[in-house]
Amino acid sequence: MKRSLAVLLGSILALAMILTGCGKSDTAASEGSDSSDGGKLEIFSWWTAGGEADGLNALIDVFNKKQPDIEVKNEAVAGGAGSNAKAVLATRMQGGNPPSTFQVHGGAELMAYVDAGKMEPLNDLFKKNGWDGKFPEDLIDMVSKDGKIYGIPVDIHRGNVLWYNKKVFDDNNLQPPKTFDEFFDVADKLKAKGITPLAIGDKEVWGSTMVFENILLAELGPDKYKQLWTGEVTFDDPAVKKSAEIFKKMIGYINDDHSSLAWQDASQLVADGKAAMNIMGDWAKGYFTSKNLKYNEDFGAVPTPESDGSFMVVADTFGKPKGVKNPDQVDKFLTVLGSVDGQDAFNPKKGSIPANVDGDTSKYDDYSKQAMDDFKTDSLTPSLAHGSAAPQGFMTKVDEAVNVFVTQKNVDNFIQSLTQASSLLK
Amino acid sequence: MSDMVTQGRPRLSNQPAFKPRRRRRMNADRWIALGFILPSIILIAVFVYGFIGWTGYVSLSQWNSFLPDFSFAGFDNYAYIFKNFRFQADLRNTIFFTLFFIIAVVILGLVLAIFIDQKLKAESLFRNIFLFPMALSFVVTGVVWRWVLSPSTGVNLFLEHLGIHLKWYTSTAIFPHIHIGMIDFGIPAAVIPVVIAATWQQTGFSLAMFLAGLRGIPDELREAARMDGATELQIYWKVILPQLKPIMFSVIIIMAHISLKIFDLIYTMTGSGANYVTDMPGVNMFETTFKANYYAQGAAIAMIMLLLVAIFIVPYLIKSRKGDA
Repeated sequence: MKRSLAVLLGSILALAMILTGCGKSDTAASEGSDSSDGGKLEIFSWWTAGGEADGLNALIDVFNKKQPDIEVKNEAVAGGAGSNAKAVLATRMQGGNPPSTFQVHGGAELMAYVDAGKMEPLNDLFKKNGWDGKFPEDLIDMVSKDGKIYGIPVDIHRGNVLWYNKKVFDDNNLQPPKTFDEFFDVADKLKAKGITPLAIGDKEVWGSTMVFENILLAELGPDKYKQLWTGEVTFDDPAVKKSAEIFKKMIGYINDDHSSLAWQDASQLVADGKAAMNIMGDWAKGYFTSKNLKYNEDFGAVPTPESDGSFMVVADTFGKPKGVKNPDQVDKFLTVLGSVDGQDAFNPKKGSIPANVDGDTSKYDDYSKQAMDDFKTDSLTPSLAHGSAAPQGFMTKVDEAVNVFVTQKNVDNFIQSLTQASSLLK
Repeated sequence: MSDMVTQGRPRLSNQPAFKPRRRRRMNADRWIALGFILPSIILIAVFVYGFIGWTGYVSLSQWNSFLPDFSFAGFDNYAYIFKNFRFQADLRNTIFFTLFFIIAVVILGLVLAIFIDQKLKAESLFRNIFLFPMALSFVVTGVVWRWVLSPSTGVNLFLEHLGIHLKWYTSTAIFPHIHIGMIDFGIPAAVIPVVIAATWQQTGFSLAMFLAGLRGIPDELREAARMDGATELQIYWKVILPQLKPIMFSVIIIMAHISLKIFDLIYTMTGSGANYVTDMPGVNMFETTFKANYYAQGAAIAMIMLLLVAIFIVPYLIKSRKGDA
């Protein structure tokens, strides 16, 4: 009797767990129909921590001063690099319940929504604010389709930066490498001293994908690099193969525990002097300064080898979805967002540089001043690892190929996977 | 008495015999009972089975971008994922993870339950200590064990003093390394730390189940065995264990469906791992669907996960139904 009762209870419990488990995964795909606030301006982003959140609040302050009657609702969703926010956003857009305006990386990530017919063009807003020529042309290309502009860029991060521990380099009489030959020369010397030459944190694979895309940029040059994403240059190009060979060689110089580390942990290895170099976007600067390290004293930054003159752009932009209840309010917010006032309030706190070229350099630190100069003169290239260069689907396949390659180091397989994935590019 | 007979007679002659029986079934009580369970039946039909059906439908469609596209794709999505390196690795990992996890949880839970069943003084203290990890979510467990077993921190700082260097979940080693399909088949070393973390959390549950089972075995059985001259070991092996079979069956089923669908522990503790040595179908499903927007492929992975769980659950449900009857 007791036994059969236990069996019965067990089976009910098991069934209940299975049912709730399945139900969760199914309903998650189709939820997102809660009504949006008509009178409030919902600002959707993944800026929830540290300088990012401070920057967003500073921006909202500027907006509130100019438009005191409009109530702003900060709808930030936590999660590194927007991993969770993007899923929430996709669900809301699918469900026909878009936020008033939302953060999205310029390029392919924004274009996914444009192609789906979910976004309003913003050309009128650009004209009204006299923004023509205020944003670099390469950048406007990333947010435009068929001559229509769909996003207002708010901040710019640079993706092709090699960070190094200045003390380690000085102690060993080394210069930061400008070419791959110099890089491997430096790396060999460091390895001989028992210092990890290059720190990578690829618990999330994009940490490695960024290294690869910077090698691609160096080997192909900015023009051919951009053509890779339009299909004009294919992945069986000899330069791509050479990039893979360099990448393979580089993997021989990285930390053993890379797959257990996030990007901050890899930066920490450099900060501690356990590793000498790290390839990461310039949000790493924010991490170093938060650890009380000083630019050009404790740590230094140079463009990744052979990519000087190119600027790998990771740009956050805001767009205006179709079907929002308060389009006028959204226009007002985007006006502040694109203005010099708004950008200079936001960017120094976040550690990025303004997309608007009229930004006041005196408000930025030494690193950012340099980056602002480069941004005006360098050729701008879209980052693959951050969704600007190619659609999400392709990016995921590249991440998959990179993850396998970092362990197996099989160049031919890697090129084959990339070529296969590139059929997903239109 | 005579009234009833006279009333019953014309009915019997005019109508089929089963009719009155059926009418008796649907009396007021039964209508009320049906009224009470109907809402939940409808809700479950729509929100569970309806959506399972919907997922199956999506998995056969071409909806592999942000824009829904329900044109029929046949089994293309299934063919794709089975040829995919990542999914093949998922199947390998999930097989070994489930196997080791169930073995560890059953054996540890049983041993601890027998230990606590020895009429200890501080029984409730031990019970609570062992049950406590169950109160945590897999997310917490994942973060804690990630740092405990990370090669540069935690337990490795002790081990390093002993001259032992373990790579734990960052290891990409696979034993015995047989090449099948696109992957190397074998036991991925990186799965073991995940098994440790999952076992740490779930052993309390199997302990509780086994303890309840042990308490349900009448002392007379043991005494009878002792009278017959059985040793303590023989009593456990020949008398107690067979009595615990149904409980063990339940533990295995419950653990199997937890491990086949595991997501949160992997996501927070190891991620997919280098070369996908710790990836599981659940993680793959989430990333394929919500990060890459391959909704149809994600749905196909979900359907395969459902099938895997069904392999364990359906025979169990059939068996327990028979047991009741």
